Amino acid sequence: MFKKIFLYSLIANFFFTKKTFAAESGGMPQLNPEFWISQIFWLVLTFGVLYIVLSKLILPKISANLELRKSQIQENIEAAEKQRESSEAKLKEFDGIILKSKIEAKNIFKDAREKVIKNINSKKEILDKQIDDEIKKAEIEIDTLRQSAPEKINKIAVVTSTEILKKLIGAEVNNSSISAIVDDLVKKNGDRYYGH
Amino acid sequence: MTQFEVYRIGPEIKVGAFDISFTNASLFMVISSLAILIIFNLGSKKNSILPNKIQLLAELSYSFVSKMISDTAGSKAKPYFSFIFSLFMFVLFCNMFGMIPYTFTVTSHIIVTFILAAFIFIGVTVIGFIKHGFGYLKLFVPGGVPIVLLPLIVVIEIISYLSRPISLSVRLFANMMAGHTMMKVFGGFVVSLGIVGGWLPLSFSVALTGLEILVAFLQAYVFAILTCIYLNDALNLHH
Repeated sequence: MFKKIFLYSLIANFFFTKKTFAAESGGMPQLNPEFWISQIFWLVLTFGVLYIVLSKLILPKISANLELRKSQIQENIEAAEKQRESSEAKLKEFDGIILKSKIEAKNIFKDAREKVIKNINSKKEILDKQIDDEIKKAEIEIDTLRQSAPEKINKIAVVTSTEILKKLIGAEVNNSSISAIVDDLVKKNGDRYYGH
Repeated sequence: MTQFEVYRIGPEIKVGAFDISFTNASLFMVISSLAILIIFNLGSKKNSILPNKIQLLAELSYSFVSKMISDTAGSKAKPYFSFIFSLFMFVLFCNMFGMIPYTFTVTSHIIVTFILAAFIFIGVTVIGFIKHGFGYLKLFVPGGVPIVLLPLIVVIEIISYLSRPISLSVRLFANMMAGHTMMKVFGGFVVSLGIVGGWLPLSFSVALTGLEILVAFLQAYVFAILTCIYLNDALNLHH
């Protein structure tokens, strides 16, 4: 239906427009030479002014702006490159310093350890000596004690034997005879008694 | 065809026998030129590393035209950069201002485009003769053509060379006029079909507006690039 209406109107319009166009003017206004001179004059004037102002004032400025930007960007890139290089060098330096200080720290640690070990060793030696001395002293004491022990034991044996005899028999026994018996026994069985 | 009609604005100005009154055509030439100057002046005023929008516009157009010239005419065409830039911008802005309803399209008049094309033609021919002397005439004698065909080829070459200003001016004028006429016709359909059937031509009109904006840019570009090609013939003579 739309198609039909469109078609009809197209045909109708064709006549209409033809009529209106014919009524408006007798052809293309472009071919009417009435204002040709005026158009040429104003074209030359406006285009001339446009050309002169653009070429003398505006375009050189734009060109300079573009050049400036280009060079500035180039400069910035170069500066960035330089800074990158310097930062890399600094990074290397930093790494070197860290390595150095690590080694130093290791050395210090080693030294300290050696010193401590030495210190400990010397103190240990002194202590060992002291301990040895004490042990020796104690051994001597023990020895003297051991040496003096049989005599004392003999004496105790004599005294206790006399006491025992006195209680058992009720008679006084000569001390000297008992001690002689003890001495005799000790001589006979001393090894069994004292573990020698 | 009222949209193409030229009428006087203000009083009649006469210099001798010539009528140079200010007309609506003159008005839009002035408006276009002023618009170009204002935009590019704003765009070149401040130089910041990160350009603002108008500066970016100016600089992009600059590099666009600059690339177009160096691509088609080589580095020798650098002195003519300002001229081609002004030409491109002038035609582009005249075309674009014509796209606004109730305005006048300067480039839809054959006399305007013809004067531009004739100026380019004469300028290019003069440049060619200055650069190469009479050697410029070798342009009409292409290399590697059999002797028998040569007279014919030369005639054809001369005709094609002489028709350059006509083809250049008619191309722009006809494109602009045809587009605007077509839009007017479709606009007329909208009115005559009314609210029932007017939607179809209206949508056509919208689509045509987009197309015409494309054409306005494209014709300015073609005009400028053909100028570059003619300039290339004059500067680097090899056929």
